[in-house]
Amino acid sequence: MSAGIANAVAIDPFTFLAIAGMALVTYATRVGGWLATRRMVLSGRALAAMEAVPAAVLTAVITPMVLVTGPAETIAAAITVAASLKLPRLVTVALGVVCVVLLRRLMY
Amino acid sequence: MAVVPAAIAVIPFGLLLGALAAQKGLSPLEVALMSATVFAGSAQFIAIDIWTEPAPWLLLTVTALLINLRHLLMGASLAPKIRSFGTGPSLLALFTMVDETWALCEQRSARKQVTFSYMVTMGAVLWVNWVAFTTLGAGIGALIGDPSSYGFDFAFSALFLTLIVGLWRGSRTGVAIAASAVVAVIFHLLFDGPWYIAAGGVAGAIAGAIYGPRHEAATEAAQ
Repeated sequence: MSAGIANAVAIDPFTFLAIAGMALVTYATRVGGWLATRRMVLSGRALAAMEAVPAAVLTAVITPMVLVTGPAETIAAAITVAASLKLPRLVTVALGVVCVVLLRRLMY
Repeated sequence: MAVVPAAIAVIPFGLLLGALAAQKGLSPLEVALMSATVFAGSAQFIAIDIWTEPAPWLLLTVTALLINLRHLLMGASLAPKIRSFGTGPSLLALFTMVDETWALCEQRSARKQVTFSYMVTMGAVLWVNWVAFTTLGAGIGALIGDPSSYGFDFAFSALFLTLIVGLWRGSRTGVAIAASAVVAVIFHLLFDGPWYIAAGGVAGAIAGAIYGPRHEAATEAAQ
């Protein structure tokens, strides 16, 4: 099985370059926004803009799945939001997943 | 602990990513190296989707940059809340900043101080899970089926929805969410690639600026 082990730990030079490039730009984005603004004390409309970012970014990330995929996903999302007002997070996520499976069976 | 739902949700995705990567010819060690250094789920899924041999490293790098542009907004938003960390610990903590840990830090900052150990412990838990399960997935490969058949593809959307509900601060949040959703739908339909994420984030920020500062903030400033 030495060939199997050799394959498992093989690193192709182009693959290494790709991973290094992805790692570098990803870390740059992680520190870039912090570096640019860490000395700033925001107020007024700039602060209001920054305060809107968390919900806006999370919304944008899930928009294709929740609003563009189909009615099953959109309805399951609405149920998930309603459930999250009363239930613990893990239970809510599990309920959302069960809802989407059932709704997909019903609708597609 | 707050990170548990995210840590569990990561498992099926890690296994799947590893399996897909193995199908594209990556070795388990290459998958482990990628997960450990890039540590960004959405960027890695899209990278594996467009992966060919030999690896188109420049395309992969630019694509990762585009998908992760949202980190700029996230880091800027988090900056005032981690000011107490100092520069070195901030550089380490920000390496672990992923959507889930960042959102949990934002949520916590509304109630109490975000500490270095709070942020990095959550990040470390997700990092260990992500590296372990993507590598395992690459090792066991094709044993795993399509996660959409179990609804796992919806797990992260459901998790993010609960995080958004936790960030709700009244109608100003509603306006930001609506602006982001409308712009993200338009960009998703019109343009290939992950432009819709950055576009939605910027649209929400602009909507927040137009809505204007919080009344309490204005009162505090006057006192």
